[in-house]
Amino acid sequence: MGLRLLLAIFVVLSLITADLRYKRLETTRSILDMLGSPIYWLADLPLRIRDWGEVRVQSREQLLEENERLTRKNLVLQGRSQQMAALQAENVRLRGLLNSTAMLRDDVLVAELVGVSPDPVRHQLVLNKGEIDGVFVGQPLIDADGLMGQIVEVSPATSRALLITDATHSIPVQVNRNGVRAIAEGTGSLGALEIRHVSATTDIQVGDLLETSGLGGRFPGGYPVAVITEIDLDPGQMFAHIVARPSAALDRSRHVLLVFATHAPAPVDPAPAAAPIAVTPKAADDPRDE
Amino acid sequence: MIHQEAQGYWLIVTSFLVAYVLAVLPMPQWLMWARPEWLALVLIYWVIALPHRVGMLSALVLGVMLDALEGAVLGQNAFSLVVVALLCLILYQRLRVFSVLQQAGTVFVLVGINQLVCQWVQNLEGVGSPSMVFLLPAVSSALLWPVVLQVLRRLRRHYGVS
Repeated sequence: MGLRLLLAIFVVLSLITADLRYKRLETTRSILDMLGSPIYWLADLPLRIRDWGEVRVQSREQLLEENERLTRKNLVLQGRSQQMAALQAENVRLRGLLNSTAMLRDDVLVAELVGVSPDPVRHQLVLNKGEIDGVFVGQPLIDADGLMGQIVEVSPATSRALLITDATHSIPVQVNRNGVRAIAEGTGSLGALEIRHVSATTDIQVGDLLETSGLGGRFPGGYPVAVITEIDLDPGQMFAHIVARPSAALDRSRHVLLVFATHAPAPVDPAPAAAPIAVTPKAADDPRDE
Repeated sequence: MIHQEAQGYWLIVTSFLVAYVLAVLPMPQWLMWARPEWLALVLIYWVIALPHRVGMLSALVLGVMLDALEGAVLGQNAFSLVVVALLCLILYQRLRVFSVLQQAGTVFVLVGINQLVCQWVQNLEGVGSPSMVFLLPAVSSALLWPVVLQVLRRLRRHYGVS
């Protein structure tokens, strides 16, 4: 027994050290995830059967009604996206004039949730898309309402995502109204993000929408992240205490979108010619303003 | 002898697989903190019943798999389950003659120790629980112990695993 105890303790301590200190166990994790995916599949089976049953027992009228509702919604969304196309073209043109990189539309892949980490202090999701679908570590994850998190582990057929509310997660954001930049940190509670190190004089209000700023290079800019719900200005503190509620339905979304950001360079032809023209009047404007 | 060793292996493995499925079963948010430690319960049973077959090395392998499923630091649950298995190996002769209530009390302490070790490793990582709420699984596990004991004991006797 003594020998086995020593062996077990040695293995456990080296595993913890290797994982926490050196982050060297990606391959091991990927293999274990692959072995564990049938377990998640089995645990998800009751829900899946219930969903399947619900679809089967719906009456014809209900289905027709739902079909009509979805058709109407689709029409509305298509109408909006027509305008989007025009706005996007205009945006690319204006950005070309300003000599900055064009923002392109991101491609997405629909994934389904197969599991949630059973540990309440870890906000992680297991998705049914993996390496063979092109999923990569660091890939952003969104739902219909906003940003959910990012992929942290990939195995061949499944992947694991870390939510923005996990206590180990932070994300660079900016206020949609005026572009003030900040860092939103997870608190370990699904309904709250904390905005850190914002000084008391910064222009930030309850109800402001925070979106990804694109700084840091991990998340593409412009996705809604959270809405400010609480600002506490304590004169004794260096910084304001700010809490925000995530926009995405972190505990309800069953279908999520994996974003493939397209980091395209600026449109090549107009940029060199436009650059001096765009810059000169601005330089001339500056002294007059002062 | 070798024939006897291999006999009934499938029952032990299946019971652990069921424990894994129960351990990751989707649950409502408010119940998450009270989820019983199914794997620890099944492990405690098998160590008490068959200490010559299920011990610390089984606990190590089972724990690493649970870590992968939970997305925890590899070694967190392995560590806590090895400690639980060690305590069970020391105590199994006493535990066998305990009444169900006394056993449930011991299970409360064992799962509590399991949770403490997990909490310790999680604090190393910086994601520890905010209050003593992490001890709730010890309560729910102790409450479920009589059920787990009856089910596994009947299955073991029925299939004559020893």
